[in-house]
Amino acid sequence: MNRVAEIFETMEYGPAPEASDKVRAWLKSHAAGFGHYIGGEWVKPSDGQYMEACNPANDEMLGTFAVGSKADVDRAVAAAEAALPGWAGASGHERAKVLYAIARLVQKTSRFLAVLESLDNGKPIRETRDIDVPLVARHFYYHAGWAQLLAREEPDREPVGVVGQVIPWNFPLLMLAWKIAPALACGNTVVLKPAEHTSLTALYFAELCHEAGVPPGVVNIVTGPGSTGQHIVDHPGIAKLAFTGSTGVGRMIRAATAGSGKKLSLELGGKSPFIVLEDADLDGAVEGLVDAIWFNQGEVCCAGSRLLVEEGAAERLIAKIKTRLSHFRIGDPLDKAIDMGSLAAPIQKTRVSGLVEQAVKEGATLWQPQVSCPTIGAFYPPSLLTDVGSSNIAWREEIFGPVLSVMTFRTLTEAAQLANNSRYGLAAAIWSDNINRALELAGEIKAGVVWVNTANQFDAACPFGGYRESGFGREGGREGLEEYLKPKNEWLDKGSPLIAAPARVADKAGAHPGVDRTPKNYIGGKQTRPDGANTLEILDYQGRLAARVGEGNRKDIRDAVEAAFNAASWERSAAHLRAQILFYIGENLDTRADEFEHRLATLTGASAKDAKREVQASVERLFAYAGWADKYEANVHAPPSRQLAVSVHEPLGVVGLVCPDNAPLLSFVSMFAPALAMGCRSVVIPSERYPLLATDFYQVLETSDVPGGVVNIVTGERDLLAKTLAEHDNVDGVWYHGSAEGSAMVEKASTGNLKRTWVNNGKARDWYSTSAGEGRQFLHNATQVKTIWVPYGG
Amino acid sequence: MKIVSLDDRQPKSPAAPAASDHHVERNPGMALDMGWIDAIHVNRSAVERRTDSLGGRRTVKKEWQAAWLLRAITCMDLTSLLGDDTPGRIQRLCAKAKAPVRQDLLEALGVAHLNITTGAVCVYHEMVPTAVRALEGTNIPVAAVSTGFPAGLSPLKYRIAEIEESVAAGAKEIDIVISRRHVLTSNWQALYDEVKQFREACGEAHVKSIIATGELGSAEKIAKASMVCMMAGSDFIKTSTGTEAVNATMPVSLIMVRQARDYFERTGWKVGFKPAGGITQAKQALAYLAMMKEEMGDEWTRPHLFRFGASRLLGDIERQLEHFVTGRYSAANRHPIG
Repeated sequence: MNRVAEIFETMEYGPAPEASDKVRAWLKSHAAGFGHYIGGEWVKPSDGQYMEACNPANDEMLGTFAVGSKADVDRAVAAAEAALPGWAGASGHERAKVLYAIARLVQKTSRFLAVLESLDNGKPIRETRDIDVPLVARHFYYHAGWAQLLAREEPDREPVGVVGQVIPWNFPLLMLAWKIAPALACGNTVVLKPAEHTSLTALYFAELCHEAGVPPGVVNIVTGPGSTGQHIVDHPGIAKLAFTGSTGVGRMIRAATAGSGKKLSLELGGKSPFIVLEDADLDGAVEGLVDAIWFNQGEVCCAGSRLLVEEGAAERLIAKIKTRLSHFRIGDPLDKAIDMGSLAAPIQKTRVSGLVEQAVKEGATLWQPQVSCPTIGAFYPPSLLTDVGSSNIAWREEIFGPVLSVMTFRTLTEAAQLANNSRYGLAAAIWSDNINRALELAGEIKAGVVWVNTANQFDAACPFGGYRESGFGREGGREGLEEYLKPKNEWLDKGSPLIAAPARVADKAGAHPGVDRTPKNYIGGKQTRPDGANTLEILDYQGRLAARVGEGNRKDIRDAVEAAFNAASWERSAAHLRAQILFYIGENLDTRADEFEHRLATLTGASAKDAKREVQASVERLFAYAGWADKYEANVHAPPSRQLAVSVHEPLGVVGLVCPDNAPLLSFVSMFAPALAMGCRSVVIPSERYPLLATDFYQVLETSDVPGGVVNIVTGERDLLAKTLAEHDNVDGVWYHGSAEGSAMVEKASTGNLKRTWVNNGKARDWYSTSAGEGRQFLHNATQVKTIWVPYGG
Repeated sequence: MKIVSLDDRQPKSPAAPAASDHHVERNPGMALDMGWIDAIHVNRSAVERRTDSLGGRRTVKKEWQAAWLLRAITCMDLTSLLGDDTPGRIQRLCAKAKAPVRQDLLEALGVAHLNITTGAVCVYHEMVPTAVRALEGTNIPVAAVSTGFPAGLSPLKYRIAEIEESVAAGAKEIDIVISRRHVLTSNWQALYDEVKQFREACGEAHVKSIIATGELGSAEKIAKASMVCMMAGSDFIKTSTGTEAVNATMPVSLIMVRQARDYFERTGWKVGFKPAGGITQAKQALAYLAMMKEEMGDEWTRPHLFRFGASRLLGDIERQLEHFVTGRYSAANRHPIG
């Protein structure tokens, strides 16, 4: 035992391995290969193909699992479809019991799950045991509660249907929980594909589902590579797709599902800033960085990979980071006392080291601590890159590894500029001991999650998801349920939103007595002539020429978007001000009701009664959004930690609003008013058939104190203009009401910056209905949720 | 300002000893620099996040655990601070300090040759002569709590005189208590002046400044008080008297050692840390050692820079050591009482 005397001197750490015998026995019992879990049964792959599951820390083969073919996916979707009526129709309590049983089983098998996850993924047992698995259980508990409450809390909405879910390898079981728990709570059935590097915990989870009494077909697990995921994405029986993964794949899924009518949520990449102000607790901030970028080997979509530090504190902070990293322990993921395990696969190590090499070539200085790092397996040391310019690849591209890039800033304004100088917008951390400075910055950062004096906090009750190319949709909280519910009766069963013009009839000479009127575009608060100096003839319901409107083109859209973008101060306007302006627009419309009624009657052929009804409905709608302007509030969440998580609804930004032809005044108002109410600036393409209601309307806007650029109107050919809008990288969202083909076109064209789209797929909406034509769904689509975590309480 | 990394360990002056030398040159202190004090920011939730996760990040098992527990014994100020202390009681305490672990266990562990003793014996002034006599011929210093311990509210001249008497009686270390009111009212100059006078009164004896964290009200005050005490020339900063409602905790300890680290990084002087009160279990001792190793480096796991103030901890460590040797869980009555 002289070993003890030696250690007494050196004070070294020794091995502290977690036992893995139970997991290995389970793997051995499945040595013949794992099948798919479909319809409550284990099913062999239709074409007999299997692939290997490896432990990335030592290249050990852990087992084989099925490669999902198209036939396998067909079978899984069929099982999910068959199970749907029963599960959607089950009482909330029935669903709650099943979710509760899953939560309990996750807790009962927590150590097994933690060990299996660590073996398959390479992440430390400390993290799977203390973070991943407890969050998984929490997620099922939380959603068991929603299942119980949903019928009374969401009476106007229903499950979406069969949900296809494709998840990544960085948090295999946790991402599964984030996907399956809300889907099941809301009454959907699922077909889930785990990542090819990390399928094992999903397969064990399928066994737990079996034990928990999940009805056959409600949860189907199909394993395989990307091609299996593609089969799920393409399957016509899938009503909704939920994907977490890279922005590149997210973009492909957006394009592939364009026009399919599938609901889509994407949780994609990030390059999240970690901002340290001079007045921060620097030692605390260093630990925050450990949580932000060296947690899970940096394989975290919301990793704080860009350190922005106030210049005066940079030298001290970097010295502290280096000291901290010199104490890092990297090694066997099953050792309880290590800080970092292995990357999830050898290919990731190649990718990370390649990006770091490129960063160094581009001028960065690399620092890595002199700590031991295993040479077998996909281990990569914690890394610090300084001398990083804003064009350096390490500053711009998601590395998805334990690599931190550093840059300094001088002022809060500059910090926000640098933080927001990214295509992504997933998360941000802000460190300051001055709550004013911290919260000032929190309001300026474009990100779906902002952590103040902490990092990488997650909870089932707190929405998580990104701005910009980090995706759309939220997971967690009530917001997360949005993705798995749809409004009942949103669309009319029949009827088109489009109205064809009749054949042109010849005008009699002198048919238009009075002074000639020239409807123009309305851009930046000014009436502007169309760039192309062309006009379109607008016919009345009988085919007679009613007026010529500007034929807008790409450049008019460009100018309108520019004007909207420059009206950014509208985002900061008080909700009360926006409410006042909307009331005032309503008042001014009402004042000119006769004129609009006359226009509707003569242009569309509406009866006097119907024309009056539409104008009055429009006035009411303006009042409704005046009301909503200061009442669409988000939530304050209570995660199980000494934190307050506050969700705010921030305006989506610049939105393109493409209007239908039916109810041309009311639909126009119903599109721009919610955007205005929520602080968005809009570029409106009015009804192609009846644009005169919109061109008449800009005079109402002008007299109602609407600042220039907040609402812009460009008339012309709907789909031509919509395409330019949908492609425009400075547009944050497009709402489209037109044809099915136009809907597909908009969704496809949106992939450039992954803007949010909301399309009608050619269907018509009852604009008079206060449930289908007004309300929360419109507000939801005009806003994005930012969840701000701040320390709270004693 | 020069930034010194802990791992570089550059001594500030040529006279300063090498890192391997366990007899660290004493912190001479420095002028009170309010610029440093004003710039101290401590975020309580961040501190708690670190201490909450540290236990999960670091653990030692088997031989490593045994070795670390032996190290913990050498860092222990074996303490008795009771109104009913008598010479007989203190002699027994000192005997335990000299032979803290049963000889057969030490032999089984293969460490009999290491001559393991506690780091010091800590008593009130009246017990100093007894302790000094009892520990004659050993290297175990006697520490005396002083300056009107635990409240520190007797007249200043008596507090200084108390130090001088204890030093004259043979105490090598003086555990002083600061005036908490100076911290609570942010009168940093007064705190600095007080500790500086105590340090002068100590002469060659080392000063361990007790800041009584449980009575200071905030993380930031704890940090600032620690820094002022170091500027005034403390050799150690110590959490508690053991009589506050809350004594040593991992969060307050982390706050204090980070200040010691900052002080070292800025000045090159090493100041020790002593958590005291409420540390009764072997696993707590391991957690403290891991925190010192992680936050400060290996040198701060040695008795010249780290001490536990404890009266009951040793019993639990002895039982854990016996468990390691025999594989059976142990009982208190099998180990000599202190």
